[in-house]
Amino acid sequence: MKKTGSQILLECLQREGVDTVFGYPGGTVINIYHDLADYPIRHILTRHEQAAVHAADGYARTTGKVGVAIATSGPGATNTVTGIATAYMDSVPLVVITGQVPTPLIGNDAFQEVDIIGITRSITKHNYLVQDIQDLARIVKQAFYIARTGRPGPVLIDLPKDVQIQSTPFEYPDKVEMRGYKPTYSGNLRQVEKAANLIMTARKPVIYVGGGASGADASEELLAFAEMTRIPVTTTLLGMAVFPQRHTQSLGMLGMHGTYYANMAVTNADLLIAVGSRFDDRVTGKISSFAPHAKIIHIDIDPTSIKKNVRVDLPIVGDLKDVLKKLADALEKRSDQLPALIDTMEPWREEIDAWKRGYPMTYQSSDSVIKPQYVIEQLRELCSEDAIVTTEVGQHQMWTAQFFAFSRPRTFLTSGGLGTMGYGLPAALGAQVAFPDRQVIDISGDGSFQMNSQELATLVQYGLPVKIAILNNQYLGMVRQWQELFFDRHYSQTRMELPIDFVKLAEAYGATGFSASRPDQVREVIRKAFETPGPVIMEFKVDREENVMPMVPAGAAINEMVLAS
Amino acid sequence: MKHTISVLVENEFGVLTRVAGLFSGRGFNIESLSVAPTLDPSASRMTIVTSGDDRILEQINKQLNKLIDTIKVTDFTGQDYVEREMALVKVTAEEDTRAEVLRIVDIFRAKVVDVTARSYTLEITGAPTKLNAVIDLLRPMGIKELVRSGPVVMGRGL
Ligand SMILES: Cc1ncc(C[n+]2csc(CCOP(=O)(O)OP(=O)(O)O)c2C)c(N)n1
Ligand SMILES: [Mg+2]
Repeated sequence: MKKTGSQILLECLQREGVDTVFGYPGGTVINIYHDLADYPIRHILTRHEQAAVHAADGYARTTGKVGVAIATSGPGATNTVTGIATAYMDSVPLVVITGQVPTPLIGNDAFQEVDIIGITRSITKHNYLVQDIQDLARIVKQAFYIARTGRPGPVLIDLPKDVQIQSTPFEYPDKVEMRGYKPTYSGNLRQVEKAANLIMTARKPVIYVGGGASGADASEELLAFAEMTRIPVTTTLLGMAVFPQRHTQSLGMLGMHGTYYANMAVTNADLLIAVGSRFDDRVTGKISSFAPHAKIIHIDIDPTSIKKNVRVDLPIVGDLKDVLKKLADALEKRSDQLPALIDTMEPWREEIDAWKRGYPMTYQSSDSVIKPQYVIEQLRELCSEDAIVTTEVGQHQMWTAQFFAFSRPRTFLTSGGLGTMGYGLPAALGAQVAFPDRQVIDISGDGSFQMNSQELATLVQYGLPVKIAILNNQYLGMVRQWQELFFDRHYSQTRMELPIDFVKLAEAYGATGFSASRPDQVREVIRKAFETPGPVIMEFKVDREENVMPMVPAGAAINEMVLAS
Repeated sequence: MKHTISVLVENEFGVLTRVAGLFSGRGFNIESLSVAPTLDPSASRMTIVTSGDDRILEQINKQLNKLIDTIKVTDFTGQDYVEREMALVKVTAEEDTRAEVLRIVDIFRAKVVDVTARSYTLEITGAPTKLNAVIDLLRPMGIKELVRSGPVVMGRGL
């Protein structure tokens, strides 16, 4: 039977198991929206296309499935750009569908025409302009395959309006054939053996885990490998929830706002085992002083991540689950020598414990003003164990990383690579759609919140009970901190002068708002918010000029941390 | 160091921009680039001359491979291969230099493909080093225009 392009698209989405899409209609996707009602696909109407993409991203990061977003051509398409770049930097599988002007008009500067293929070329894993309806089913199939396999990432499909209207017999290809795309999943056994040998001779090893381990769902394998060798584990911002932060082997986060002991451990290590991490400059600080004494084993699905920023002594390309499993097997074969290895690493563990005792992750508590870190600790204490937390970008994001003590994979959603303010609320929305019965909390700053606050409407409309904790310092706090430390306290354009009544703002949308300005109100507000059905804003008027510490100044080595301001 | 890389790509819409964009976006340099379809019309062959240290070349190689449309990447550096480039040169040919130009044409087995009263247009094929040599010899006579194709390469033997 013949189907139109728009029906073929929806048919393909259904075959790919898509049950939810996030989007916003317009002229060049009006056919798709017309046909949508005929398919068992739930559409969530966000209030901005950027939010639709972030929501699809939140859906993808929590479920591991491909998130889907739809936008119209022109401004709809350009509004998706920040969302796509955010997903690209953090390797999140998305398929973004944009409408395009009819093919005969492409290139004519037609109404609402932009070259979104050109615009998104460097922020997508791949993108497609569908010029012929005969290619449509194959392209959709490939798009999903590319998005979720190998190193995941966003794929954009630009679908001209005339192609949506034309019709052709529908046939869904049952397999994908691409000569040029064959990700390596299976780790090379000889490399794994070499890695095992390096581990057996190490005295001061550290495991350094990134977001790749989250995308690969490798936390069990990681835990098994780490526990059999008792090697300490540090994670990046995106790797935090992969390894239980309260585990005795956990060093917390490394890098610019990492723990003193993680940074010292890496600096003094003789072996660094990088797992799904890419040596980002926020992690390494001054690159020439990063892990200067260590041999580096780098395990990653993406060969381009290896040796991009640092020298690597032993690369292993493959799926992290597979490689970590093989590594554990290889160590198992040496199990008679493992107790001796663990014994020889005792001085290393003691050295690390001394750093931990000497310089714990801590803050100055107060009875008179609300310390932002205190709010994070209380949120952690009062929320449920499987709560999903998202953040925006700024100081509140770093405090969340430092003090929330994540324990379960896929429960911490934050824009690590791009650092996108305005990510957290729509990402929380997407997570809540995916898991209607779990607690979802967006930890926000007063600045970031206003970058996508319109999504309160979406939350209320769909009854999504996201709890939003705004750490209100009336500053673009992270920038203010830099100005304080490196620009003579010249707070240029970082004061958010206008005090906003966030409680009234919540109420204007039909949500609920609570506010706390004293420390003794914090727990009460959190408890009330968690008990109130529907979306709730909790505003915490926090110590305005609190700084995120410790900190590695830009350009310094990570062991040259400033411990307190 | 100079590297000649041959990239087999899907003959898809926009593939040239993807490759060129990869080089410009990551600050890799392109000295020359030539593209045309292969025996299999669904694939195109790009020959790229680039330069950089080992680390950069390793990244170029990996990044090219990462493109979905890339089928195969071959760096010919250090291998046994045939390399040919073509140049069209419009050279001034006055009374006193015409003979000299023709002598150079003869020696380097070039071809005269267009003649006017005051100029010859020459077609020269060979390794890029040979082209450089001919161009150097012709320069004193006055080169009005020069177009080079960029090299194409093929491995020797089977
Ligand atoms: C879209 C975007 N614009 C600008 C920035 C630069 N930036 C990083 S943190 C920050 C301040 C964020 O302020 P707020 O949300 O109030 O968080 P706080 O640091 O005060 O906790 C800014 C402006 C950014 N990361 N993203
Ligand atoms: Mg703020």
